[in-house]
Amino acid sequence: MNNYELMVIFTPVLSEEDYKVAQKKFADLIKENGGEVTHENPWGLRSLAYPIQKKTTGMYLVLEYKAPSDLNEKLKIQLNRDENVLRHMVTALDKYAVEYNGRKRHGVSADSKTVEA
Amino acid sequence: MAVKQEIKYLTAVKQEKRQKKYCRFKKMGIKYVDYKDAEFLKKFLNDQGKMLPRRITGNSLKFQRKVAQAIKKARQMALLPYVTDLLK
Repeated sequence: MNNYELMVIFTPVLSEEDYKVAQKKFADLIKENGGEVTHENPWGLRSLAYPIQKKTTGMYLVLEYKAPSDLNEKLKIQLNRDENVLRHMVTALDKYAVEYNGRKRHGVSADSKTVEA
Repeated sequence: MAVKQEIKYLTAVKQEKRQKKYCRFKKMGIKYVDYKDAEFLKKFLNDQGKMLPRRITGNSLKFQRKVAQAIKKARQMALLPYVTDLLK
């Protein structure tokens, strides 16, 4: 089991419900394939830094999960197949990243990162 | 026996010591550079969205590499632009 983080950008035309359904779809996909979602963070609508497929905004979703290494390939197929997904990225997290995310989640964001100028 | 001659200047020699650059990650004990935090990564970009060199940021090589990776990831996910004018 390794730690990963998935970031997906959905099209902005998605309704609130569709967005929830899409979230659930990928969370379930991870669970079905022997993974374990540790954290789900729907960022919602955000403007993009540059247009993707002629769209200037996107619905962001960040999923943190533990999974066996063969899951990402399956996930990728589903993500590429889904028409609502503009872009996606999986990041492997090292132990510092897991620690950082955990700390950020528990609201102890007063770590060195935000303090320094 | 050579007599030590002190060199004398007419004007006081400037002895301005430039502050030594440091790696902020090492100093602050930051272990992980988060690609999701675009505002933080902007500190390592110039106005056109280009990465600043180590010469200017003072990062250690280890963290400059991590910053570079994080910036590239953020660019892919449209959190940071590839090219712009007047970033910040």
